[in-house]
Amino acid sequence: MSLVIKDLHANVEDTPILKGVNLEIPKGEVHAIMGPNGSGKSTLSKVIAGHDDYEITSGSVSLDGQDILDLDVDERSRAGIFLAFQYPAEVPGVSNANFIRAALQARLPKGEEIDAVAYYKDLYSKMDVLEMNRKFTARAVNEGFSGGEKKRNEILQMMMLDPQYCILDETDSGLDIDALKIVAKGVNAMRSPDRGILMITHYQRLLDYIEPDYVHVMADGQIVKTGGKELALELEESGYDFLKDGGLVNA
Amino acid sequence: MSAEATIDQETQNAIDIDRAKGDFHFPENHKYDAGVGLSTDTINYISDVKNDPDWVRAYRLKAYETFLSKPMPTNWATEDLNNIHFDEIRYYLADGQKPMRNWEDVPAEVLETFERLGVPEQERAFLAGVEAQYDSETAYSSVKEELEKDGVIFVNSTEGLKEHEEIFRPWFGKVIPTGDNKFSALNSAVFSGGSFIYIPKGLKVKHPLQAYFRINSENFGQFERTLIIADEGAEVMYMEGCTAPKFESTTLHSAVVELVAMKGAKIQYVTVQNWSSNVFNLVTKRGLAHEDAEVRWIDCNIGSRLTMKYPGVVMKGERARGEVISIALANDGQHQDTGAKMIHAANNTTSNVVSKSISVGEGRATYRGQVLIPKHLKGCKNNTECDALMINSNSKTDTYPAITVRGNQHVTQHEASVSQVSQEMLFYMQQRGISEAAAMSLAVNGFINDLVSEFPMEYSVELKRLIELEMEGSVG
Repeated sequence: MSLVIKDLHANVEDTPILKGVNLEIPKGEVHAIMGPNGSGKSTLSKVIAGHDDYEITSGSVSLDGQDILDLDVDERSRAGIFLAFQYPAEVPGVSNANFIRAALQARLPKGEEIDAVAYYKDLYSKMDVLEMNRKFTARAVNEGFSGGEKKRNEILQMMMLDPQYCILDETDSGLDIDALKIVAKGVNAMRSPDRGILMITHYQRLLDYIEPDYVHVMADGQIVKTGGKELALELEESGYDFLKDGGLVNA
Repeated sequence: MSAEATIDQETQNAIDIDRAKGDFHFPENHKYDAGVGLSTDTINYISDVKNDPDWVRAYRLKAYETFLSKPMPTNWATEDLNNIHFDEIRYYLADGQKPMRNWEDVPAEVLETFERLGVPEQERAFLAGVEAQYDSETAYSSVKEELEKDGVIFVNSTEGLKEHEEIFRPWFGKVIPTGDNKFSALNSAVFSGGSFIYIPKGLKVKHPLQAYFRINSENFGQFERTLIIADEGAEVMYMEGCTAPKFESTTLHSAVVELVAMKGAKIQYVTVQNWSSNVFNLVTKRGLAHEDAEVRWIDCNIGSRLTMKYPGVVMKGERARGEVISIALANDGQHQDTGAKMIHAANNTTSNVVSKSISVGEGRATYRGQVLIPKHLKGCKNNTECDALMINSNSKTDTYPAITVRGNQHVTQHEASVSQVSQEMLFYMQQRGISEAAAMSLAVNGFINDLVSEFPMEYSVELKRLIELEMEGSVG
């Protein structure tokens, strides 16, 4: 049972961004992708989620054996893929509580309604983990949120939707250390043998709080190096310069 | 992900899904039919059938001349008006019955029509009185007994002008004169149906009164005429709903609604219209607010081929208040040309206009506002906000605010915005598992959220449902 990406190539407006990505994230594992800016890390997350700015020219993405590239964005989500956005969109006028409820409702068979009492109980208990104020439920989705509030909101949605595979795109960016700890607490609470997690990050800092099983290095649209968590520390020390020296080591 | 530029038949059918509820009609069974086209004969026929008093017949004939003399306002309004063929319309269709007081006495198919539209059910649930109009005439009219005892009058216009002439006549055509525009003149010539309401001094009617306007026949023009008078200190809320089946040919709905709020009175007029896409909806609505009185128009326009409607308030007495809250949704093939008219005619009067429009596909939304504050007044305030939401790049929206303020002892504010449901917003919502259509309707509901709460509860639920259905059909 895993999320498998095979030889994935994707273009944006005829410019190749992903140039043959191979990656497998089995359930129960936490993987991190690191890499310099422009290496294609964020593109990979959007392509998996199904953003239509990207044209997939070859390769496959499958979820527990099912090819998902033909599915719409919302179908992929309901199949079990969750993307925590680096820059979450604002949805003016729609309250957080209603938004999350609509997302949960979309997962129910037609004619079935969410039990409102149970829903709020669940929502509040998860907000407590993330140390979020109750007033937050009535605020419009991401409207006027600080950077930290937006990221916490992403993790809250992730906890509520209980996905099989989570992709966190630069979740640590724009967070102070206290907010980072809270976000990490939420993500760690999500670690489970039934869930695979992929974290995309530019900095090693996040990995101090959410310890990965594997670290991959992405450069120029490919995974160029794979190792254990110590790889992240090496990168922290020596940077990505080794990429320039032709020292590419494919795992 | 984006809605298609041109919408195919299947999608078009889906857009009309929300009107499926109203999209049925019965064979015509009219005893009185004024025939096709308009002439003095048509008007005399209507007057004969209705047994009009002489003053009404004279009023109609004079209005007909005014109608003929006025050009189509295509110098400022859409050329589409030229597609109304006045000689192909039927102006009066009725079965000659008086309005019934009990639903059992209403002809079976008329009863079934209103039952399918949920009118008797709503009446039992939350209304103080109901008038149900079927083509030209009122089929049912009833007001709760205790209100009748308190002196409330809620009848159709025919009964109003005949049996309550002493209250009706002094105000009839005074808020909106015959010659206000070509369509008010047309209505004045051929009007039938509509409500006449009088609320006595100091009486605050707790529950809303409702009228439902139903078009059943093809090539038909519905011309109801409503006059509501709230005497000193009285309060009333009136709600109207409208539907028509989808015919091949065009249908004309051209109403005139006059409101009179005496000293300290308060009238709220709520409209949720959901016309099928073959209806030209050209309506003139205006209220007169005396000293300390308040007139509020709460207006939601969904459907129709072309709607032109600019509810207005003339603030005639000191400290009078006028308000227009409006939502317009222009889907493919529709043009919502709506707005507000605020005429300040006394010191310290206040007006507020909040308009939100949504354009989808080739849908077009136009806002036209007029605010007039003359030089000799002082202490007047106006606030105008108009926001437009565009669902794709083909949508068209335009704003024509005209704020004429003379003198410098006034406060006016004007804000306008245009926003879009962006691809990023949709992607975000869809990534949470919400379908594109549901995401659209969430975004639209979010946009109008603060206005929906101005509608009575029962209507705001209906409104959200209508918008959901409308959005479901609008994504390819």
